[in-house]
Amino acid sequence: MATQTAPLPLTEPSRTPATAVLHEWITTVDHKKIGLMYIGYALLFLVVGGVEAMLMRIQLIRPENHFLSPLVFNQLFTMHGTTMIFFVAMPVLFGFGNYLVPLMIGARDMAFPRLNAFSFWVSAFAGFLLYFSYIGGNGLYGGGGAPDVGWWAYAPLTSKVFSPGHSSDYWTLSILLAGIGSIGTAINIIATVVSMRCRGMTAYRMPLLVWLYAVMSGLVLVAISPLTAAQIMLLLDRYLGSHFFDTQAGGSAVLWMHYFWIFGHPEVYVLILPVFAFMNEIVPVFSRKAIFGYPAMVAASVGIGFVSVSVWAHHMFTVGMTSAGNTFFVLASMVIAVPTGIKIFNWLGTIWGGKVQFRVPMMFSIGFLFQFLIAGLTGIMLAVAPFDWQLNNSYFVVAHFHYVIVGGILFSLFAAFYYWYPKMTGRMMSERLSKWHFWLFLIGFHATFDPMHFVGLDGMVRRTFTYPMDRGWGHLNAVISIGAFIQAIATLVFVYNLLHSYFKGASAGPDPWDAWTLEWSTQSPPPVYNFAVAPTVESRRPLWDLKHPEDPDTPYE
Amino acid sequence: MSDAATIPQNETWTLPSRGIVGMACLITAESAIFLIFVVAYLYYVGKSLTGPTPRQVLDLPIFTSICLLSSSATVHFATSALHRAARGATTLWLAATVLLGAIFLGGTAHEWYHLILYDHLTIQTNLFGTTFYSLVGLHASHVIVGLVLLSLALIFSAKGALTREHTNRLEVIALYWHFVDAVWIVVFTVVYIVGR
Amino acid sequence: MSIIPFLGNMSLETIVSSTLSPHMLSAFAGFVLPPGSTSIFNPAGTPAHSIFSLSMLVLSITGGVFVVVGGLLLYALLRYRHRAKDPGSNEEPQQIYGSTQIELSWTVIPILIVVMLFLATARIIFATQDAPKPQNALDVTVVGHQFWWEYRYPKYGVVTANELHIPASDAQTHTPVYLSMISADTDHSFWVPRLAGKTDVIPNRVNTMWIDADAPGLYLGQCAQYCGLEHAKMLLRVYAQTPADFAAWVAHQQQPALEDPSVAEGRAVFEHNACISCHTVRGTVATGTFGPDLTHLASRDTIASGSVPLTRDNLHEFIANPASFKPGVLMPPMHLNDHDLDLVTDYLMTLK
Repeated sequence: MATQTAPLPLTEPSRTPATAVLHEWITTVDHKKIGLMYIGYALLFLVVGGVEAMLMRIQLIRPENHFLSPLVFNQLFTMHGTTMIFFVAMPVLFGFGNYLVPLMIGARDMAFPRLNAFSFWVSAFAGFLLYFSYIGGNGLYGGGGAPDVGWWAYAPLTSKVFSPGHSSDYWTLSILLAGIGSIGTAINIIATVVSMRCRGMTAYRMPLLVWLYAVMSGLVLVAISPLTAAQIMLLLDRYLGSHFFDTQAGGSAVLWMHYFWIFGHPEVYVLILPVFAFMNEIVPVFSRKAIFGYPAMVAASVGIGFVSVSVWAHHMFTVGMTSAGNTFFVLASMVIAVPTGIKIFNWLGTIWGGKVQFRVPMMFSIGFLFQFLIAGLTGIMLAVAPFDWQLNNSYFVVAHFHYVIVGGILFSLFAAFYYWYPKMTGRMMSERLSKWHFWLFLIGFHATFDPMHFVGLDGMVRRTFTYPMDRGWGHLNAVISIGAFIQAIATLVFVYNLLHSYFKGASAGPDPWDAWTLEWSTQSPPPVYNFAVAPTVESRRPLWDLKHPEDPDTPYE
Repeated sequence: MSDAATIPQNETWTLPSRGIVGMACLITAESAIFLIFVVAYLYYVGKSLTGPTPRQVLDLPIFTSICLLSSSATVHFATSALHRAARGATTLWLAATVLLGAIFLGGTAHEWYHLILYDHLTIQTNLFGTTFYSLVGLHASHVIVGLVLLSLALIFSAKGALTREHTNRLEVIALYWHFVDAVWIVVFTVVYIVGR
Repeated sequence: MSIIPFLGNMSLETIVSSTLSPHMLSAFAGFVLPPGSTSIFNPAGTPAHSIFSLSMLVLSITGGVFVVVGGLLLYALLRYRHRAKDPGSNEEPQQIYGSTQIELSWTVIPILIVVMLFLATARIIFATQDAPKPQNALDVTVVGHQFWWEYRYPKYGVVTANELHIPASDAQTHTPVYLSMISADTDHSFWVPRLAGKTDVIPNRVNTMWIDADAPGLYLGQCAQYCGLEHAKMLLRVYAQTPADFAAWVAHQQQPALEDPSVAEGRAVFEHNACISCHTVRGTVATGTFGPDLTHLASRDTIASGSVPLTRDNLHEFIANPASFKPGVLMPPMHLNDHDLDLVTDYLMTLK
């Protein structure tokens, strides 16, 4: 029988719930909330970057089109590339890492929670700073101040002479800040992985996702810093009159290229390693088999990390390096294909002999496997320097890296979203909408990026706001543009699914996929403290051991 | 969660200190930044289109370098003293470290004063000026940050607020300071020996 | 002549490419795309031929890998899919954690493929880049500008712009053209796909490459390194001519500007305006070097670096407002009145 009691006084009676919620999110140092903020931020910029791509594809749908001026087009490809790499891919991957790594090692939070929050807010600010350039900077020809120097910002195009106004400065400063945020998160991830594992979790019992995030973070430390240094040099050139890249004073344009690509190539491995991590968790669960060759996967991941810092000048085969220099970078670029191939084969070995369930995360994973295979093979083609002498800076390269980033990374990210969304929200996503998303996106992706290889082989150069009427490229470009629209629709379906399922999705429970790593042992979503009792583990798949006490993993490690 | 642990509960499970690991990561990143500036310095040796050249204007900063490198020893003594809970000794050794670091900075300032006003070498003058001021300046800025951290530790120690439990944190700062000194060895070699 | 012998050897690339029939691939390219004026599978010069052969080898290897690995993946997904009506479908499959032998085999085989591919590639790199410069090579200096190409023939004292004329080779004689390239401002790249791979054109650095055309003809390309606003309109036109035609062209280009008295008034307008500070017309007071040499402007097929045909109307519009064809081009509008504009246009059209 209910007793009448006076309502308890609120602890903060002057705050309305909405501001309290906002305050909590802005001041949080909880890795799960920060992870979700990174992911939400990245989704916002994914839409922005996608709109930029759509606009470019409208301009390129037919030759000699006048939909966009050259300046606006050049700004768009600069902003599209910069946004997608620094404000979509990096944040979303850091977001997943932030969310999952402590859960998977049985920890309560990251090693440095306040650094975590700082890193997020600095990166978030950087993104808005970049876009502020549209209204804040005064660039060339009065067309607004967004940078138009390409996302590599080659010197001397970025010198004060060729880029008056502040558009290049917005690029430089925003990336500089984003880099600081990335380095902060990388420090945090490594310190967490080294110092915060639960009892019994030796290095060889860590989930592969944790290994891969650690390697990726190590790579961030040595790869982002060269770009930071080069950007400091660029700012000194532009504002203090130094001559690092000032060719009139004996400076070198090629030096910027080296510095940029010493960052740029490891950067793409920074992006792909977490993606491998997702596959290492998802493919086994939906094949119902342990990952094939765990030690080989660890070795391959570390190997990829190390070799990736030695291949950078394969972006510079046409710059006029010596034959010996070119040959070295050909060798290094081909060598890295070996551990990458090993990973693909190990996924094949995981599927082989399993019982494959074609749930949505697995469908996207299968898309990843085929598309990443193709992307890797076109990469090998480009590693053959003479072939690259023809195809560098053509649409073949654009097709290759979009195959990696969209066909590989984005597909795998979609798989990760569908797989971990139930854990993060406690709800399942709609199967029906998910399948629409998958098929539409698959069709749109291939409609855009398959023909793109062919226009590149036919000589179409990238970063061109239009192309001549007499080259015969119009039909393929039209198909490419239509595919982009299909992908846009698919992405909207996905975003709607995310939002709709949050309110209407079926309840997920702690372990909807019958998986084996520690995060599935807590509630969905996890309580703020993650684990009521700090876990102790004895094998790589603690939950498998619990569910199959007659056939635990321990004897096999 | 798991109650049948095969690891006996009385066996220790120790992992490295997260502060040291974090600082080691920061040092890795900073080393990469310094490496890029060193590469620029070496690449542009001899390529300036106009003078002055290093040989004409640079003197070996022996005294200030000895001061800076000795400060690594003094900060090590400070951490050992704190580990022994010898709070007075900690304060003294920290003060010595800050003093030596300040002497180094003063020496750099003096050198630059001369270079700018008498030798007319600025960051704009030529490639040597560009790479010299940026590399030595980057190092000096790291010295300043280190001195701020050490001064804070000195103040806390002088006020008696630093205890043995803070040893790990002082070690983290000391690690940073050792890094700064190691970078100076590289910069010294590149700028004053190889580059001249 | 060291560049020819390696083509005469039965190199692996040649074996593969003749087996796969370049004609098949060119035919395929022609089917999928219109007569490829710039397809890399339609080579017309020695460097492009050697790259084509190598690319056939690479494509066959990567294609083979795709078929094998993709096939295995597809097979595994179909064969091992979970079927609810299978016996034991509710049980987990046997857990297999790895196999050292299998790991080794799929490490060693890729390494072998990589070694083979690497050696084939290294060979072509050294053959192309380190080929000693032949005696009869024609030297041409290429200067990249925002957004046009300057060509200088030191041996002949000829300076021209945007349309590169070279002597074509034939079955008996190879006449390579040796390009020394530098940029006057920011980075560019010289790419004519049917003749050779591209080489970047960079300030404060001279890059060299050589081309030789199999047969007379027009070979198209464009700047392949983003260089600013009008990068897309910095096109390349290479005219390979028979030795006789080429000699005639050189002789003509060596002449100072034609003097046609009927356009003397137009010439006066030209010489009294700022035109002369940027352009050269040899034999007159115009000696500027910021813009293209106009001495024989009317002998060219196009203006605005290949982006529009040279007709009186186009030239007229270009002078009135260069930005109408290339917004952001570095030539400012000259603000001539209509009368002067007509005179100048007529004058320039006589500079054959």
